[in-house]
Amino acid sequence: MGSFGQKNTVLPGFGPTLGYTICYLSLIVLIPLSALFFKTATLSWDQFLVAVSAPRVLASYRVTFGSALFAAAVNGVLGVLVAWVLVRYRFPGRKLIDALVDLPFALPTAVAGITLASIYSPNGWLGRYLEPRGVKVAFTPLGIMVAMIFIGLPFVVRTVQPVLEELDHEIEEAASCLGANRWQTFCRVIFPTMLPAVLTGFALAFARAVGEYGSIIFIAGNMPMVSEITPLLIITKLEQYDYAGATAIATVMLIASFVLLLSINLLQKWSRRCAE
Amino acid sequence: MVIHKNGDSNGSSVSEPAWVRCLLITTALGFLALFLLLPLAAVFVQALDKGWQAYLAALHEPDTLSAIWLTLLTAVCCVPANLFFGVVAAWAIAKFSFPGKSLLITLIDLPFSVSPVVSGLIYVLIFGLQGWLGPWLQAHDIKIIFAVPGIVLATVFVTFPFVARELIPLMESQGRDEEEAALTLGASGLQTFFRVTFPNIKWGILYGVILCNARAMGEFGAVSVVSGHVRGSTNTVPLQVEILYNEYSYAAAFAVASLLALLALVTLAIKTVAEWKIRQVLSVTEAAPETRPEPCYER
Repeated sequence: MGSFGQKNTVLPGFGPTLGYTICYLSLIVLIPLSALFFKTATLSWDQFLVAVSAPRVLASYRVTFGSALFAAAVNGVLGVLVAWVLVRYRFPGRKLIDALVDLPFALPTAVAGITLASIYSPNGWLGRYLEPRGVKVAFTPLGIMVAMIFIGLPFVVRTVQPVLEELDHEIEEAASCLGANRWQTFCRVIFPTMLPAVLTGFALAFARAVGEYGSIIFIAGNMPMVSEITPLLIITKLEQYDYAGATAIATVMLIASFVLLLSINLLQKWSRRCAE
Repeated sequence: MVIHKNGDSNGSSVSEPAWVRCLLITTALGFLALFLLLPLAAVFVQALDKGWQAYLAALHEPDTLSAIWLTLLTAVCCVPANLFFGVVAAWAIAKFSFPGKSLLITLIDLPFSVSPVVSGLIYVLIFGLQGWLGPWLQAHDIKIIFAVPGIVLATVFVTFPFVARELIPLMESQGRDEEEAALTLGASGLQTFFRVTFPNIKWGILYGVILCNARAMGEFGAVSVVSGHVRGSTNTVPLQVEILYNEYSYAAAFAVASLLALLALVTLAIKTVAEWKIRQVLSVTEAAPETRPEPCYER
């Protein structure tokens, strides 16, 4: 094993380190994940189809993927705005705000969940003003979107920020010299450069929102068919000892995340090519 | 970074008019205040809703104390395991070239894209009563699911990539010249690692460890599937928050949650310092002041 890794270097330890990496990866990640597929394979095709396409399950896909799409779109627009403001403008507290953008990564999801639920509940800080105006957030699908926007907020900002920082000012100056106004420069010069990064961030935020559990269940209300997300449905099935049903739905979720991971990788390759 | 003159004279088409700038800053800050600062403030305000006495009393509940203990234990098991893996994997991946490398990196990243609930479920499928090893474990009276080992395993899974993901790009960008020089001068492999590589990656390690730790202490979805929610024995702090909240003891729930929020703030502070240091180290080793690390953060 050591031979092909050590062609050009005197560094030791290729065999043992690669061996350990593969063993640990297999034990913790690959074998457990394959358990899911093996368990699903014990179901017949009909059983599988029934489990993954029951009306309640289909409704949960709609809620989960629909809300995640909406939340990722909101994050796409506002994330670009936040990245732009943080990179291009100077204002007091900018560094602090910049560090705080990662809060949704660092804050445990259960804390985010109960806090958002309490803020948007009918007598919460925001809920008490929204409710009388007919905007119900907590315990509705809108609440799910709010939680998903929170959880996905850093992704677009953090993927777009480095691209904006590296953007050459001379290109903008050239566009301006050639007679473009600021808006045209943004739409035709700056935005196309950061588009791959925006899409990557969008896909990352979407993928995170689809799998999210902790921050959503407190604010969602969890009504079957209306505001029940797929991860919660998996847990519900488990608690009813319906292992087959839980496994089948989890397989669908896992395949969805593989597809997302693949598209994110392709997007990242594309944005790296664009950066060069 | 270029600090450019703002459109006072004829340079106006390379920056925006002042009112546009104000509008954009206000909108961005408004959005962040609404979605970041307000929730953060809400945690602490509601934790202290009933005063300091109630706050401290809530933290001294025996169930809460045992949850804190279990969370610390979980982190103490997970972080070193994933730290060791991260360093070893980064050494193999960053310092050598071999076929299948990018596939290996993708596989290491895999736990980030799996839903936490699914991460818990896969361990139930292996160690649960109906799982592969379930009957055998029961016959030998070993409890993994609904017990501490299951919680540790699920947490190791969700925090698996943190250190490796941070170290691989960092060590790749540093190349292997310094290590090769050390070895040529007669240092042993371990000496080379500890005296040459380690000083270059210590801030990267800190960065990975602090994020790994934050996630290990805060993980909710995966742990909630495998824990069984036995009060006082298999409840971690996030699960304790959930139980208190569902029992309508909001002040107590937020008091416990405030501990986790403090942890998050400390994590962010250390992370910011580490990022700054990594940038410094990189600019020294590469002698190219404009290079930045990859946008290195977790998925």
